[in-house]
Amino acid sequence: MIILSQKLNLKLFSTDVEQVSTRKGFGEGLIKAAEADKRIVGLCADLTESTQMEPFKKKFLERFIEIGVAEQNLVTVASGMAAMGKIPFVGSYAIFSPGRNWEQIRTTICYNNQPVKIIGSHVGVSVGPDGGSHQALEDIALMRVLPRMVVISPCDAIEARKATIAAAKKDSPTYIRLTRNPTSIITTEETPFEIGKAQIVFKSEVRGTKSDPLRRSFSEARTNSKSKNPNSQFDVGIIATGALLYRALKVAKKLETEGKNVIVMNLATIKPLDEHAIIKIAHETRALVTVEEHQIRGGMGSAVAECLAAHFPVPIEFIGVKDQFGQSGQPDELLEYYGLSEEDIYAAVQRVVLRK
Amino acid sequence: MPLTDEKIKVLEAKARDIRRSIVESLIEAKSGHTAGPLGMTDIFTYIYFHALRHDPKKQDWSYRDRLVLSNGHICPVLYATMAHAGYFPVSELKTLRKFGSKLQGHPHREFLPALENSSGPLGSGLSQTVGMALADRMDNGRTSGKQFYCLMSDGELNEGNTWEGAMLAGKERLQNITAIIDRNNIQIDGFTEDIMPLNPLLDKWRAWNWHVQEIDGHNFREIDESLGQAQAVFDKPSVIIANTIASRGIPAFERKFEWHGKPPTTPNEIETARLALKNARTLGGHVESPHHN
Repeated sequence: MIILSQKLNLKLFSTDVEQVSTRKGFGEGLIKAAEADKRIVGLCADLTESTQMEPFKKKFLERFIEIGVAEQNLVTVASGMAAMGKIPFVGSYAIFSPGRNWEQIRTTICYNNQPVKIIGSHVGVSVGPDGGSHQALEDIALMRVLPRMVVISPCDAIEARKATIAAAKKDSPTYIRLTRNPTSIITTEETPFEIGKAQIVFKSEVRGTKSDPLRRSFSEARTNSKSKNPNSQFDVGIIATGALLYRALKVAKKLETEGKNVIVMNLATIKPLDEHAIIKIAHETRALVTVEEHQIRGGMGSAVAECLAAHFPVPIEFIGVKDQFGQSGQPDELLEYYGLSEEDIYAAVQRVVLRK
Repeated sequence: MPLTDEKIKVLEAKARDIRRSIVESLIEAKSGHTAGPLGMTDIFTYIYFHALRHDPKKQDWSYRDRLVLSNGHICPVLYATMAHAGYFPVSELKTLRKFGSKLQGHPHREFLPALENSSGPLGSGLSQTVGMALADRMDNGRTSGKQFYCLMSDGELNEGNTWEGAMLAGKERLQNITAIIDRNNIQIDGFTEDIMPLNPLLDKWRAWNWHVQEIDGHNFREIDESLGQAQAVFDKPSVIIANTIASRGIPAFERKFEWHGKPPTTPNEIETARLALKNARTLGGHVESPHHN
């Protein structure tokens, strides 16, 4: 069941769960942050409306700079403004920023150590009809490799708003990746959020013992495997980042009804990685599935694997895009085509448990 | 502050000392760039010893002018000028490019906090300067006294990022920016007009809505007048295209793109460089040496 202390949306699993895009949450967060701190400025590369910087521009016109279609300039100008004490938020599509301007971000933001906040909207194949050229699937890899860069991938609009406000208060370069289309609201105003902290959002009620028929299949699989783990209470852990967390939760709920014990983690901050929490979930479950709308190579799952390979190796199945570009289509059909559906997560759980 | 004949003599002597320091630091480092630093020495000398509002004893003074070096590889001239201006001991120039030195191979402000920016990859400095100038105008309006200098190379203008920054400065009419382009006509692979022609360079900047001047970058009188005019222009950013001679001061190396990215290393090269700068005297803004006459 969902973890009550995380105060998640109680309508989470109902069919009419509210749908809002994370970019909208960012737009609201930017206003809140700017009201609280005069140093915040906004810069946009000709995408003010679709990155949701429009409300900021309307309210704080004197603190807004229209850069035009020039993403290298977007971040280098922001670096200069930060050098003078500003806290710049720069908005574009993730394909263009941090896609096109990576070296400028490396040199003028990270190497210069300026607290610029890079907002990359339109990530993942769920961008939909615009097609593969506009579906950022490499941005986590590009940003998490940079020293000093904080990388955040909010799971819903409310978390995106909180991440924006938190990023404004943090004195480091930060990247926030956002979705174009509305996604299910998972959290509430009361859900805690802290940069760098992973959250357990779902835990099955541990029931019975191996005699429980509902658990038999997984228990047998575990007993037959070579790395027996009498201590682990849970069958599997799912670590998700971004809007796909919603699908991970639905899979967990299904597994729970089948009598399987599942933990689900919301890993909103990909860097710095909450290594303590990741080692803990690995210890408790001994089998993990990572879920993200990004290339498998270099993404959140890779970050988790790097951590666990060094500290507590367990089998991992990776849900993500498999070295491919996206294409036009409706978000749901694309998620299915690229292996990011609930069925894919469910199947990955079955596979990883057998590898225990 | 008027530039008197006496002050010009002081600047010329200072430029000669700085050139010697540059060459000695490069000889010691055994790698680094020679042509650009020697070509830009007179401009750096003028800025640090006559134009820049700064205080080496109070490096974080918030009202200081900002100087952004965009083509970071000519940092030997920046370091030598800063040392002679009192930012750190001249003796530290010998640590250039060595482990743990303040004087990284390309400028890094974490090692030398008095720097306004860390640079190396070309083409971004102008945009950083534009950001600084925009931020200052937001806070202090158009009459803020701060000047924002951006020093750039001509080869660097191949980078598209430069022109993005130029376009924005023109759009925003950032009169507080003075960009100075080291027009020495060379880049790593050859002469700029062979590698990627920049001319008509003045027209390009005019089209981007900048106030444009062209000067002899070794003539202190011209440097002085052009910077004065740049600051007098109220509704446009200013660019000064400074015609310089690469490796200025060592006649045997002058104008040769081969000296872009290497220091004097053989005994013969080292002797040639030292001798030229030892004999160098100063006359009317021009460094001259017996070999050159």
